[in-house]
Amino acid sequence: MPIWTLYGMKRGIATTLWPGKENAKVQPGVLGLPRFQPDRCQDNCRACAEVCLPGAIGIEAGSGDERLTIDYGKCIGCQLCTESCPNDALTKSEDWAFGVQNREDLVWAEALASKPAQELTKNIQKCFGRSLHIRHVDAGSCNGCESELQALNNPYYNLHRLGIFFTPSPRFADLLLVTGSVTYAMRGPLLETYNAMPEPRWVMAMGTCAVSGGATGGGYSCAHGVEGILPVDIYVPGCPPNPAAMIHALLLLLNRAAQFVQGGHLAK
Amino acid sequence: MRGTTERALPPNEVPQACQHLVEKGARLQMAYAWFPESGGHPEVLYLADQGPYQPFSLLRCRLSEGSDGLPSLATNIPLLGWYEREMTDLCGISFQGHPELRPLVLHEGAHPPIPPLDPRYPKGEMIPYTEEPWDLPPVEGSDVQMLPFGPVRGDVLESAQIVFYYVGEAILHCHPRLFFKHRGMEKRFEGLSPALGTLIAERISGVDSVAHALAFCQAVETASQCEVPERARYLRTILAELERLYNHLHYLGHLCHTTTLKVGEAQGKLLAEQCKQLNGVFTGSRFLRGLLKPGGLRRDLDLRALAARLRALEPDIAGYMAALENTNSHLDRLITTGHLPHQTAFDQGATGPIKRASGIQHDLRCDHPYAAYGRLSMEIPLRTEGDAHARSQVRMEEIRNSLALLLRALEDLPEGPVDTEIAWPTGGEGLGWCEGPRGSIYYCVHFDATGKLARVKVKSASFSNWRVFPFTVHDTNMMDYAINEASFGLTMAGCDR
Repeated sequence: MPIWTLYGMKRGIATTLWPGKENAKVQPGVLGLPRFQPDRCQDNCRACAEVCLPGAIGIEAGSGDERLTIDYGKCIGCQLCTESCPNDALTKSEDWAFGVQNREDLVWAEALASKPAQELTKNIQKCFGRSLHIRHVDAGSCNGCESELQALNNPYYNLHRLGIFFTPSPRFADLLLVTGSVTYAMRGPLLETYNAMPEPRWVMAMGTCAVSGGATGGGYSCAHGVEGILPVDIYVPGCPPNPAAMIHALLLLLNRAAQFVQGGHLAK
Repeated sequence: MRGTTERALPPNEVPQACQHLVEKGARLQMAYAWFPESGGHPEVLYLADQGPYQPFSLLRCRLSEGSDGLPSLATNIPLLGWYEREMTDLCGISFQGHPELRPLVLHEGAHPPIPPLDPRYPKGEMIPYTEEPWDLPPVEGSDVQMLPFGPVRGDVLESAQIVFYYVGEAILHCHPRLFFKHRGMEKRFEGLSPALGTLIAERISGVDSVAHALAFCQAVETASQCEVPERARYLRTILAELERLYNHLHYLGHLCHTTTLKVGEAQGKLLAEQCKQLNGVFTGSRFLRGLLKPGGLRRDLDLRALAARLRALEPDIAGYMAALENTNSHLDRLITTGHLPHQTAFDQGATGPIKRASGIQHDLRCDHPYAAYGRLSMEIPLRTEGDAHARSQVRMEEIRNSLALLLRALEDLPEGPVDTEIAWPTGGEGLGWCEGPRGSIYYCVHFDATGKLARVKVKSASFSNWRVFPFTVHDTNMMDYAINEASFGLTMAGCDR
């Protein structure tokens, strides 16, 4: 056993400086959700909508012209739209910090309405200081989200350093972190877990399946995500969201990070 | 079906034909049913592996008016037991004489008006579900206690429930209640174009994204008789081995977690993280998603710098595995734990590293080469001990082989196009397979008259191995359970679909 202690020490610190140092690039090369530039969009071209499996891209009949609607809450980041778009109106990007407090903020909107600051987590710092205990429930995911959640506790992301912990019992949990589109068999256990949590409590929908059902919602055995089953405080789309996006969303809940996305636009 | 030699049989001749296959040394791989036309009778298909380089054998049996079922084969060929129960749940076919007649995929309380895989099932309508008492095996004896563990378990784990019957520390019987995560993925393929079907295949099991997408694409390509360019074959091989690498490293880290070897856990998971980051840098996706498509790859990859990055990782990985094999406290918990005898592994359908740790020499990459595996020689590790240690040793050996295979494939990587034109066959069928990190994956793809997917059957590795796993738990002790489960390296999403 002492050999292992030495083994670990010799390897030094493996942990990323992010988010302390904002410039540390945590996910080099990892593609995020596609970026939309409507001025490049060509009239009556439906190429992107036709290849969008979860229906994140829709066509809305406007006055005279057809208009694209984009809901990032349904996007699974498959990049098919960026490959099919003839005009680069949709392009590949490394935009991944898509955690939001309002579901509407994931829907692309032409004009940004200036919304009042959220009341939701105003008192969260008073409640918990800087710490947070999470109970995770897998409500029918593909295990991509679990794989990335497990990665949060590896030495690189080292979630503990931020005062955030996974807890085995819902009785000790402040946050219910849900992955998956909620299958008929997991609906009961999910509600039981939520009911076992003491108040105040928060709910995070992690991954596109939990936000909207994504590519797996609906059908004979799945709901369309957590919405309508539990009150959701933070939505994090992504298929799966990468670990940095998960950390950003957790810090967003704790008022320790800013929300980057508004009306489907990512702040520069 | 393309990719197989097939034979059509009436229901009463199926048991004899299967028995005959087994006597000739073949091993049944899966069975499933589909409805060739809406409102018609289902057809049941049995797939068998007849040995290295032999074509797969397929038996088809069309149920007709008046015969609502088939004789069950589960008594003689136990690994078919779960496939038969699945067909009962999802296709409404009854199997006479089944030794374990209880629902498998659909839980107690789920009563669909018509079987969900029947084309007449209303699209998008959820099965009505009510709480009903669990259907558990009866147990007698005043000292026997029952512990339902899950479906929400400690840590970040996938949902599954294991019901233990135990006395003190000793487990008498373990009864897994799985399929909490059944998402009806096979139904989702229906009516899609194969290009979009790949996205569904990638989401059957996230950590096996490449393996599933590859088996699916190969099934579509076989059905449409499409020849994939050489460069795409090599790139597919490289992606599949990168997936094996990060999965096996995570597996070793997780195994250390259960034996409470903390630094070993941290190091294993760090190495897995470094591999995932390599995936991100070179392919844009940590799970290697969004790259495969029927006909080749969606885009070319620049992998020139990958070999150097892998060579830099190699000594770290080798040192880590050597340290694990030198740690007595770790080995003490693995050796003799969760013993899976050769015969049980064979009969109950074990696959992948699990069967290779119990003395069954079989690997689809060698025995039925696909992608570029036929052009690259490799060694297949084999152990006969059948315990948790053997299972971890097989995976360690596979890590070494994967690294060697990757470096060789990168060296030989030919130039050229990465995709080819592919026309969707109308009414065609194809079989595709892949040796994923957890074992064999099969896809059977049926097309309709318009070139859309009519039925896709997914046989995942974890479905086979979850069936085997309880046989190593009965009559062991609680303390070893977590180690034993970790040593199998199972996923729920793949099993439940």
